[in-house]
Amino acid sequence: MLRQPLTRALALSSPTRVAPVVPAARRFAEQVSVQPEKVEVFIDDKPVYVLPGTTVLQAAAQVGVEIPRFCYHERLAVAGNCRMCLVEVEKSPKPVAACAMPVMKGMRVKTNSDLTRKAREGVMEFLLVNHPLDCPICDQGGECDLQDQSMAFGSDRSRFTDIHFSGKRAVEDKDVGPLIKTIMTRCIHCTRCIRFASEVAGVDDFGTTGRGTDMQVGTYVEKMFLSELSGNIIDLCPVGALTSKPYSFAARPWETRRIDSVDVLDPLGSNIVVATRTNEVLRILPRTNEEINEEWLSDKSRFACDGLKRQRLVTPMLKDSRGNLTPVEWEDAIVAAARALRDCPPDKILAVAGDLADAEALIALKDFVNRLGSENTYTEQYFPTGGSGTDLRSSYLLNTKIANVEDADFVLLIGTNVRFEAPLLNARIRKAFIHNETDVALIGPKVDLTYEYTYVGDSASLVKDLAAGTSSNEVLKRLESAKRPVVILGADQLKTEEGAALLAYTQELALRLQDNLQDKEWKVLNVLQRTASQVAALDIGYKQGVGEALAAGPRVVYLLGADGGVVTREALPKDTVVIYQGHHGDAGASIADVVLPGAAYTEKRATYVNAEGRAQQTLPAVTPPGLARDDWKIIRALSEVSGAGLPYDNLDEIRERLSQVSPALVAYGDVQANNYFAQARALAKSLQKPVSGKLDVQLKQLEDYFMTDAISRASPTMAKCVQAVLKQKTSPY
Amino acid sequence: MAGALVRVIQRTKTNLGIVAPLANGINNVPVRYQQTQAPPTKSKFGPLADSDRVFTNLYGRHDWRLKGALARGDWYMTKEILLKGTDWIVNELKTSGLRGRGGAGFPTGMKWSFMNKPSDGRPKYLVVNADEGEPGTCKDREIMRHDPHKLVEGCLIAGRAMGAQAAYIYIRGEFYNEASNLQVAIAEAYQAGLIGKNACGSGYDFDVYVHRGAGAYICGEETALIESIEGKQGKPRLKPPFPADVGLFGCPTTVNNVETIAVAPTICRRGGKWFASFGRPRNSGTKLFNISGHVNTPCTVEEEMSIPLKELIERHAGGVCGGWDNLLAIIPGGSSTPLIPKDVCETVLMDFDGLVAAQTSLGTAAIIVMDKSTDIVKAIARLIMFYKHESCGQCTPCREGVSWMNKIMYRFVDGNASPKEIDMLWEISKQIEGHTICALGDGAAWPVQGLIRHFRPELERRMQAWACVHGPSKAERLY
Repeated sequence: MLRQPLTRALALSSPTRVAPVVPAARRFAEQVSVQPEKVEVFIDDKPVYVLPGTTVLQAAAQVGVEIPRFCYHERLAVAGNCRMCLVEVEKSPKPVAACAMPVMKGMRVKTNSDLTRKAREGVMEFLLVNHPLDCPICDQGGECDLQDQSMAFGSDRSRFTDIHFSGKRAVEDKDVGPLIKTIMTRCIHCTRCIRFASEVAGVDDFGTTGRGTDMQVGTYVEKMFLSELSGNIIDLCPVGALTSKPYSFAARPWETRRIDSVDVLDPLGSNIVVATRTNEVLRILPRTNEEINEEWLSDKSRFACDGLKRQRLVTPMLKDSRGNLTPVEWEDAIVAAARALRDCPPDKILAVAGDLADAEALIALKDFVNRLGSENTYTEQYFPTGGSGTDLRSSYLLNTKIANVEDADFVLLIGTNVRFEAPLLNARIRKAFIHNETDVALIGPKVDLTYEYTYVGDSASLVKDLAAGTSSNEVLKRLESAKRPVVILGADQLKTEEGAALLAYTQELALRLQDNLQDKEWKVLNVLQRTASQVAALDIGYKQGVGEALAAGPRVVYLLGADGGVVTREALPKDTVVIYQGHHGDAGASIADVVLPGAAYTEKRATYVNAEGRAQQTLPAVTPPGLARDDWKIIRALSEVSGAGLPYDNLDEIRERLSQVSPALVAYGDVQANNYFAQARALAKSLQKPVSGKLDVQLKQLEDYFMTDAISRASPTMAKCVQAVLKQKTSPY
Repeated sequence: MAGALVRVIQRTKTNLGIVAPLANGINNVPVRYQQTQAPPTKSKFGPLADSDRVFTNLYGRHDWRLKGALARGDWYMTKEILLKGTDWIVNELKTSGLRGRGGAGFPTGMKWSFMNKPSDGRPKYLVVNADEGEPGTCKDREIMRHDPHKLVEGCLIAGRAMGAQAAYIYIRGEFYNEASNLQVAIAEAYQAGLIGKNACGSGYDFDVYVHRGAGAYICGEETALIESIEGKQGKPRLKPPFPADVGLFGCPTTVNNVETIAVAPTICRRGGKWFASFGRPRNSGTKLFNISGHVNTPCTVEEEMSIPLKELIERHAGGVCGGWDNLLAIIPGGSSTPLIPKDVCETVLMDFDGLVAAQTSLGTAAIIVMDKSTDIVKAIARLIMFYKHESCGQCTPCREGVSWMNKIMYRFVDGNASPKEIDMLWEISKQIEGHTICALGDGAAWPVQGLIRHFRPELERRMQAWACVHGPSKAERLY
């Protein structure tokens, strides 16, 4: 199967052209049995030993010599068209493009010779000839590669006499949607965006039209860039041709404070940098983490940050006699909540945690409710309780781990649209599909995953047949012959009545495959959760099946950011007191009697556990708005007033408590390998009941992707995206 | 495009040409003994005897179809040549000293021998570059419309020499009649069993396909041509990997000019030594010269290499309009080569080395003659406009540099410029040359360099004249 332009396929698969990025996480990368002997090359007379096929640019990087570049990007195919990386190589009459030239034995590269410098200066002059001098009004100012490199490698004066005659080229701007602002006059035609779109995002909408100086980068017809990863081309663009529309003219990079944090809007926990100024989150950028997001970020995680400023709960509120929520002091709200809790029979207390709850708040709430004598702590998301339930971690995690998916040779997706549930996991699968010839099969509704896959069907019984090994489907053979198969079950399936059986069959299938593998370290079974809070909640011991608890008629319901619409007024007895703690006025707050304003993920130091089971922490980038407070502190204060004081007073103590529950919750950055697969499989045997339903997923189309939680629902940018996608769909293109 | 690569491969010259007289003795049994021994020190080149012409129907006076071609000796003993095998053919080509006729002048025998590395299972392809787009060049079209069987037979022999499975002839889109004749010739050859399965009864299977281009000059660059055949935008690829390694559809590929391929059968029939007997060492053979511009009878003519330029023009083109003294300058090898003024034209020999010594290049041997009525600055400016228009836009120096040069050149035409800009333009052209992915940038830089080298006083005169009328140019402001 031809998955990419052939020359590119060859170029990338041949060691001469591909950047040997070997992240630490790639334990399963194919070990070449015989390492080719390293060759010695000289960079500015410094000897360095590199593998044959390394490019000059990479060899230079190994001795700390940075060669300027615009078009080269280590995660994209080599284009070699900016010519900025020209260097002199001894015995070569012409300077060579360092980004594309493989090293040869004994090669002597001069990165600072006259010839090299002249070549760079020449290329820089050419790039600037048609680049507008609008740096003062350009959003890229301060983080512009062209600006930086022209300072370092350019000439100090202009000789562009034609500025007095015909001036510079001007190019019409393109409209590629509400996220990306284009100022195409600034484009230097490095084609990074084009390569990203076709290689990583899998949307072949970008390209060049026209020739020579009339060449333009853009979508061939005016069209929105219909991708969930579109924002990354803003980072990739070395100049200000592609900038962020929501962030336009907001701030200069040197004015902002940058705080390393973690994203919570999808279950992967992508690493981010939050840029703030004057206590306001201005934008969110990706932070490189080879094991999770590489250096990409999905659009929701990047652009939903304006939702953090809207619909916020900024003050405690109580429902007044007319049924309206009215602002009150913290004291009144806490006292009212404590009274309700204290007056309630313990078995009638119900706590429900939502999508964005952090581990500290989760443990505080659980301890608090337990101290009040209740065991009723639930999460909104569902997970089957039979079999090993949530006792064994392997049953609810992405055991293969995100980075290792690249090394898989067959991926079976069951009832999940990875593209929108975890965009960067999908980008990994696509990467494997393109570069490693990984094949993908899907059971569930037909969706566009940006790569080709074998469609098995959408009937749940297919999973059963595969698990039993009785399926006549070709996929079974492929799975059984695969050396590193991966089976991913979407958490959407678990909430159905047949969820338990599906999980059991998936476990059976995955573990049967795993037993037959040569590679004993390889994990096959994966459950892809939908939310950032779920894994921590399951680790802490939150129970599943809030529906039954609601049916039992609770008197007090404590919602910890539960905005998923699982708990509704209709489902509760009339006199039930609803306490809502959270940061957005969304579904939960609208049914609440007491509102306790909490902090969003950019405002607190909190632990989140991603779908792999990797604990990471966010850091406070801004202070919570108004009277809002850290979530665990609110619960701590409430416990005190309720007479069930929790035994921790600061973050260290509550983390100590977390580590008592599970050391994995505070092993930041680490992910522990899971075992006890066999036990889980044995326990799941009893759940293998006949299934007959059809698998369905919640997020099918791009327009479903943008607004899935309280923050993104409050974000005007996300709303615009939905509108733009819907509008694009009516267009003939 | 064509003229471009010459300078780059200068170093290889020492080991090309007639290096194989000893290899020659092994198996050199000419099919038809017409070999004339080259005198050891040949000093007079041309005129070519009619019996030594390769292209005997250059002017279309005879039948171009199979019957006529057979009558002219095409397809004669092709089977025997094929059966002699790869090494024999490549050796014969090496003996002949044939250098690529597309402009870069790379030794053909050596190029073909690159294809004979141990196979890794991928098929190999021969691609014939019939995208003759260089202004002034009109030799390949004559072959294709009047002697297409020479090309088809050449494809078969070249294909055999490199073990290729098929030949793709990429023909310029504007060449409608040529493509049509070529297609007829291919059909005839298929019907006669000359190509296709068991070509000529040699047991060797070989297909020939014609692919029509859409009119982009850059598609004459070999890797852009390959991209174009693959159905992509015609943009040159980075090298390495070279086409001999990763070429058409990712397989080993050799790209040759039409003329190179078309002379190969005759070389094989008459022997490499015969071909090597023409022209100076390392520049051997016969060559099609296109003479256009201000001459009395513009023509395409096959002549011996190393013929003096003056003789070529006087003998075949009826001399320069208004007499030799009316000559201003000549572009000797297609538009991308630097021009040479009259005094150089007096003595220069038309071959690779002779023209390199005159700081220009043989290119495609398309001679553009300009007499004194020519506005030389405007002529070069027009050429730069052509290159600006045809630049693919992929890499920076060519995309930005050539259009900048174009702007400056058109100001030079009027004289609305500062004399200091002449040096600046020279530098800009040097900044483009050798810094681009393909040779189009070089081809655009050289005409400008030729102009500045030989006509600087003319440029300065115009600037003075302009300044007299309009005052100092705005370009002076920057200085």
